[in-house]
Amino acid sequence: MHPAPSIIVFTVLSGLGYGLAVMLGLDLLDADSSAARIGHVLALLLIGFGLTSSLLHLGNPQRAWRALSQWRSSWLSREGVLAILTFAPLLAGAWFSLFEGVYRAPVGILSVAGSLATVYCTSMIYASLRSVDGWNTPLTSLCYLLFSLAGGAGLASALASGAALGAAGELAWVAMAFVAIAWLAKIAWRRRLKSIVRRSTPETATGLGKLGRVRLFEPPHMTASYLTHEMGFKVARKHADKLFVLSIIIGGGLPIILFGLVAMGAADGNTATALGLIAAIGYLSGVFVERWLFFAEARHAVVSFYGS
Amino acid sequence: MTSLPAVAPARKLGLVIDLDVCVGCHACVISCKEWNTGGYGAALSDQDPYGADVSGTFLNRVHSYEVTPDGGQVVGESGQARLIHFPKSCLHCDDAPCVSVCPTGASYKRSADGIVLVDEDKCIGCGLCAWACPYGARELDLAAGVMKKCTLCVDRIYNETFEEVDRVPSCVRTCPTNARHYGDLADPDSVVSRLVRERDGIDLMPEQGTRPVNKYLPPRPRQPLSDTRSPVENTDGATGFFGWLDSMLDRI
Repeated sequence: MHPAPSIIVFTVLSGLGYGLAVMLGLDLLDADSSAARIGHVLALLLIGFGLTSSLLHLGNPQRAWRALSQWRSSWLSREGVLAILTFAPLLAGAWFSLFEGVYRAPVGILSVAGSLATVYCTSMIYASLRSVDGWNTPLTSLCYLLFSLAGGAGLASALASGAALGAAGELAWVAMAFVAIAWLAKIAWRRRLKSIVRRSTPETATGLGKLGRVRLFEPPHMTASYLTHEMGFKVARKHADKLFVLSIIIGGGLPIILFGLVAMGAADGNTATALGLIAAIGYLSGVFVERWLFFAEARHAVVSFYGS
Repeated sequence: MTSLPAVAPARKLGLVIDLDVCVGCHACVISCKEWNTGGYGAALSDQDPYGADVSGTFLNRVHSYEVTPDGGQVVGESGQARLIHFPKSCLHCDDAPCVSVCPTGASYKRSADGIVLVDEDKCIGCGLCAWACPYGARELDLAAGVMKKCTLCVDRIYNETFEEVDRVPSCVRTCPTNARHYGDLADPDSVVSRLVRERDGIDLMPEQGTRPVNKYLPPRPRQPLSDTRSPVENTDGATGFFGWLDSMLDRI
């Protein structure tokens, strides 16, 4: 599948924002601290920027409001509706923290539920497609949710270190654990991708399998078409493997070590903040690569008609 | 509402394509583009039409496949390839995944005749329906930013200002070899249903669970070449006139 930059930016940044919103909704950062205040603003910015980015790939973005109508049947529509509904508790929570310095449990719980439900809907847009074998698994949703939570915990930990909160150490442990679990889930997801038995082949696509082996003799068009551009994207296997390892190292290994140092009290004050920030940036870079591969490595059933 | 019709449509209008007859001339492709660029909805645009990197929106495309039998029992001999031309357009599936993923309600399946259509005034051009379709039957028009697909020439088949003979999809009307048939596949006595029964019509990608309405008629079996080869090498058993000719020629 074609890895469209706007969709990669959207899924990564909104996922990160919702993850941070979950941490704030669980009152893991003292609502009266600068960490929580910055966190609320950052979460809203990440979510807002991500959602705006998602509109960029539309052919007719001026009609995007229509996408809120089909929540009964469409995961994309559900995501849009939940994203907008979730802004209510997120904005309320931000207000209470920024201007009153208090945490309100009902608002926090609604923020957590809304954030997780929205990320789940995003994941189901992909996981529900039978036409893309690699995505069509509950592991896709698991990965999206865990990457969101790991990013949120990482940012929360960095913010807590910056504000010298007492919970900074515990949050670093949480971040470390979520980052590790997220990448383990991703490794399981990719192992499945690699060993998948393709649902459709040139033989089933054409129905000519009963006659023999099917090979594309002549394609229907001389140059690329929308179909080959959008669905026929291919990435060299050796490069994909290298990129995946690289994403685990900078997005998984590096943050785990750095958060580990903070968690064990090896660093404090500004050093801990710097380590947390580097860990968060590394994690973000790794997840961008992971998300690019999520699209680039996925094989759409239509390529069977093109003989592969 | 982009849920599929709750009750199966009373009529299932669709195409039956005869792979035994199609010669791969692409006339249906051109006829489709010509009719639909001026008919239902936005025009079918081309990008860089006179340049080196030409591309454009088509609702029907013809692939050509080489099929090589393994055993040689069914068509031809083992390893003897056969060329099969394969037109592909929307199959107007009963369980159309492109319909239920649509976030705006633009993509819908008609409950009266089962035709799957896009209401272009509602389409935001997100492309998700094209991802959901395993057949590659939908193409986003890059100029209009809306999804285009086969309408089964809905603006022809019900058009009473046309002669009866023209009230069929443009591709069917134009096919010079009569490889394309149009009709109601829910009616067991229709010509298309009979064709499907008699010729063991097939679904494309049944494993995708889409239950397509359009069917394909597989190529008829071929007589193996070895059955037709005459034993010219050996004249031992020749009798009568040929026996006499054989002996006379031997003497020369």
